[in-house]
Amino acid sequence: MIQVNNLHKSFGEEEILKGINTQFYQGKTNLIIGQSGAGKTVFLKCLLGLFEPTEGTIEYNGQAYSSLDAEKQRDLRQKMGMVFQGGALFDSMTIAENVMFPLKMFTKQKKGEMMNRVEEVLERVDLRNVNNKFPSEISGGMQKRVAIARAIVNKPEYLFCDEPNSGLDPKTAILIDNLIQEITKENDITTVINTHDMNSVLEIGENIVYLKNGNLAWNGSKDEIYKSEDESLTNFVYSSELFKKVRKAQLKGL
Amino acid sequence: MKYLHDIGEYFIMLKKVFGRMTKTSVLRGLIFKEIDDLIISSLGIVIFISFFIGGVVTIQTALNLNNPLIPKSLIAFTARQSIILEFSPTFISIIMAGKVGSNITSSIGTMRVMEQIDALEVMGINSANYLIFPKIIAMLFYPFVIAISMFVGIAGAYAAGVLGGFVAGEQFLNGLQNDFISFHLVYAFIKTFFFAIILATIPAYHGYYMKGGALEVGKASTTAFVWTSVVLILANYLLTQLLLS
Repeated sequence: MIQVNNLHKSFGEEEILKGINTQFYQGKTNLIIGQSGAGKTVFLKCLLGLFEPTEGTIEYNGQAYSSLDAEKQRDLRQKMGMVFQGGALFDSMTIAENVMFPLKMFTKQKKGEMMNRVEEVLERVDLRNVNNKFPSEISGGMQKRVAIARAIVNKPEYLFCDEPNSGLDPKTAILIDNLIQEITKENDITTVINTHDMNSVLEIGENIVYLKNGNLAWNGSKDEIYKSEDESLTNFVYSSELFKKVRKAQLKGL
Repeated sequence: MKYLHDIGEYFIMLKKVFGRMTKTSVLRGLIFKEIDDLIISSLGIVIFISFFIGGVVTIQTALNLNNPLIPKSLIAFTARQSIILEFSPTFISIIMAGKVGSNITSSIGTMRVMEQIDALEVMGINSANYLIFPKIIAMLFYPFVIAISMFVGIAGAYAAGVLGGFVAGEQFLNGLQNDFISFHLVYAFIKTFFFAIILATIPAYHGYYMKGGALEVGKASTTAFVWTSVVLILANYLLTQLLLS
């Protein structure tokens, strides 16, 4: 579980995050949503330890990141997996080498053992016969799957995803969402997804954190979201005509 | 103020490069790859330029020696001194700032744009060490490139001088050995060592801290070339003043 206490983050005079208190639960898909400029990416980068909070703490299973020494912070980071928006796969490496990378860096496994694990995770994300291809030779959806495989290959305790289905067609986007949710359940990990895809919100949002202008504006599950009377949240989530109809149907209990 | 900030940031980057080390077995592979990319792949252009510039220096010297009292062996002496003292260490380094420097800036800059450096950091890897340290180690082989450049440059001088009919072979070889000061070679290789560090780190700095997209990668490469050249020229002056005056 990740506990966020009074998190502030400023760049110069500009305060991006203005005192966020929330929790991200183990075994659940936790979503951070909000309009562009709401502070989602900065929040995610604080969770990843890429940005140091100006004030406040982030606790991972009760341990505040800022209270750990550099060595322990590194150890903690090795328990994190990250799926970047663009995949962030290493262009000069094959798919197998990309997925094997965290194992090569942090374990003492032999090449055969590492290869078995690579095959296992690639199989898990439904990718076959791509081991020797380069990232540029596969589709965007496949690249996202490889990024997920790389993020989970070292059995992380925390999985972070930045817009995991951006740029994907709706069908592939749902497949990716479901894959992330299944992996979260199977491995009982704490997954945090940064998204503004409302399909994802209504499909896999077990714990949703809604940010507005750097503040936590709402927190709840996908089943609670349509009952919310927070006007900015409902305007944001149900912005299209289709989603407005979906909300009406949800309110009617259909 | 911006220049002071950049200089400070450059030294912070260097501190980070020599901070927490990447796993030795991984680092070994990266170093061999960088030796291939930065050193071996540069040999062709270095040999080509050195041979012909050596030849041109010889022809120009020969054409300017009209006085019959000046021995023809001076042609070889001049070529040797020009090539060892200045052409190979400095001129080739400026060319390498374009070739190797732009390679380093664009490869690291592209990784920054594509969030690959963030990916390394998130995994708990010291990205500066992983990306830049192997390049610095690979560039420590740069003096070998310069040694080859010196040899080929003098071979080019011999070919142009002797085969072009400007000087007899024996006179050329005599001139090549006349008043040879071995410290000049030491001076040249000390310069080359410093130039290697400059060639590896300044372009790396411009790539590592770049912001923006693909267009900015191109701009960063150009800026890196300009600043690497400026620092090379200044370092050349300072080292010459310290070592030869």
